[in-house]
Amino acid sequence: MLKYVLKRVGMALLTLLIITFLLFVLVRIMPGNPFPSERMSDEQIANKRAEMGLDDPILVQFGRYMAGVLQGDFGKGTSLYYGAPIKTVLSTAISNSFRIGGIAILVGTLAGLALGITAALNRGRFMDGFCTVFSILGVCVPSYVFLIFLQYNFAFRIPFFPYFFDPNRFLFSTVMPSLSLSLFTMSTIARFTRNEMVEVFDSDYVRLAESKGLYGRKLVLRHVLRNALIPIVTVLAPLVVDLLTGALVVEKIYGINGIGKLMVDAIAGEGIDYNYVLALGILYSTLYIGVMLLVDLLYGVLDPRIRVSAKAEEG
Amino acid sequence: MSEEMKTILDIKNLDISFRTNAGTVHAIRGVNLNLCKGETVAIVGESGSGKSVTMKAAMGLLDANATINSGEILYTYTNTSGEEVTVDLLKMSKKEMRQHINGKRIAMVFQDPMTSLDPTMTIGRQIMESMFLHKKMSREAAKARALELLQLVGIPDAEKRFKNYPHQLSGGMRQRVVIAIALSADPNVLICDEPTTALDVTIQAKILELIMDIQKKMGLSVIYITHDLGVVAKVADYVDVMYAGKIVEVGNVNEIFFEPKHPYTWGLLSAMPDLDTDEERLYSIPGSPPNLLHEPKGDAFTARNRFALAIDEKAEPPMFQVSRTHFAATWLLHPDAPKVEMPPELKTMLERARKEAEKYL
Repeated sequence: MLKYVLKRVGMALLTLLIITFLLFVLVRIMPGNPFPSERMSDEQIANKRAEMGLDDPILVQFGRYMAGVLQGDFGKGTSLYYGAPIKTVLSTAISNSFRIGGIAILVGTLAGLALGITAALNRGRFMDGFCTVFSILGVCVPSYVFLIFLQYNFAFRIPFFPYFFDPNRFLFSTVMPSLSLSLFTMSTIARFTRNEMVEVFDSDYVRLAESKGLYGRKLVLRHVLRNALIPIVTVLAPLVVDLLTGALVVEKIYGINGIGKLMVDAIAGEGIDYNYVLALGILYSTLYIGVMLLVDLLYGVLDPRIRVSAKAEEG
Repeated sequence: MSEEMKTILDIKNLDISFRTNAGTVHAIRGVNLNLCKGETVAIVGESGSGKSVTMKAAMGLLDANATINSGEILYTYTNTSGEEVTVDLLKMSKKEMRQHINGKRIAMVFQDPMTSLDPTMTIGRQIMESMFLHKKMSREAAKARALELLQLVGIPDAEKRFKNYPHQLSGGMRQRVVIAIALSADPNVLICDEPTTALDVTIQAKILELIMDIQKKMGLSVIYITHDLGVVAKVADYVDVMYAGKIVEVGNVNEIFFEPKHPYTWGLLSAMPDLDTDEERLYSIPGSPPNLLHEPKGDAFTARNRFALAIDEKAEPPMFQVSRTHFAATWLLHPDAPKVEMPPELKTMLERARKEAEKYL
């Protein structure tokens, strides 16, 4: 098993290196300028480029950049927050996005599972229909529309929650964006859980378990849930990444200094900020690859078929 | 086979229909079936004739869209205080069925061993599950018993297999595990739903012999659901031939194989391959079974029956008694019916089979 894990981790790191290189090259090919060029003369720009080493061969630049990254130094902004180390700016953004996204994932997953399981257990009855309608609505309504609805009702009409994000009232400010972000996850998980469970309920092995004398909670816990959960893990993974990396529009509307907002600012500001785009790109990729890796390993825990074939691969 | 034979499972006048999008399907139209202690009964028929549904009803495993219109399934067992009790399984709730009947008294072996085991649980745990449920055994006792069962069903290296997951075993091995699971809480009735259909031929005979062997050792009564007359000939004491939701002929195995009376049984037997058949083509019963969305008028087999009489289109035949154990539902047995014999080709084939069989007696 250890060898299997190491192999997967090694592959993940290699993938990350390749992605970083591609990003690095792509950013430099992109049309536009890394500086607020309208305010600078050609000479200034040339000086600046030389200072940042942008005229060196690409591999040299990449080597220099990676040397920094490996020491945890992502450089400084070239146009955005000029002069402040990216690490500092990024860590605030990450902590904001992760907290709001994390709560959204937690709430969305748990509520989605609960809803899906209830629907599957009451197949064909009211709760089942309710779950279907709810999940279709949840998938269709964009999270920011729901946020605006919440803002209007619970911040404007009934001023209970803050209208905009307020770091000093962190817990209170989290409720509305987290809730609106969790809606999509909740609906997706609910629908998926419901369908998977219904399918497992119809399976031959559940019939066998029933013919053994299992029923009710024991049947669901021992034979249905685990088998139904395996595919749900796959759906959950990309949802997690999407939420953690910040929902662009929601962050913008609610005034949260998160990763999503940072990304937009880095691209749409005066000049494309090479270092911010890169740092955020690396962050996205790391998260994605990391979560996928986690899913792979989790699969091994949940599904003995994968665990054993991994063992066979080792042997 | 004498008077001391006690009836253990008695299905009386069972009538089941299913609600579907297309309408109500009247799948079981008055089935009577009798299983005595220690006996083996085979239910034979084409797909969709209602064999499985009948037995699912006895297990409380009917789908949610099934309605039981009438009938009873009487099950007789000796309770913990040694008294003999008879209960109607159809009157029990799902929960009562699971707690008192399923696995504990009536167990089932399913058709497809590839899909009937939980892929995420070791086979050891799956075997022990019933023991924990019904016998409140300790872990150690259950494990010892599970290993015993694995050996009983012929799985070598039981200790190692105990920790295996289903996908690590071949189809034949998995079916042995399914049998071990069925036996784990010492039931007295075993229902085998096409237990060998999904297995390859070389394994089929082994599994059947295994079930027969265990039946003798544990004094089980067994019901086979099958469409394979080869299986029937090998295992059954009594045979129930089922067609379109009804039992059309019942008798002991010799009566059904050597003196069949119902044209449908003739057809089934003629369709059985035989090494000495001179015909170039294998016989098959023309047409297909009636769609039970529409209630068949008269005898359901009429349209496919080349011996059909005028009355077959008007009225359903009752069960005519042929011998003490042999009954058939065909108007051909009515005293006023013209004398119709089974087709001569079938007669010579059965004659040949009988001689062949006598050689081994």
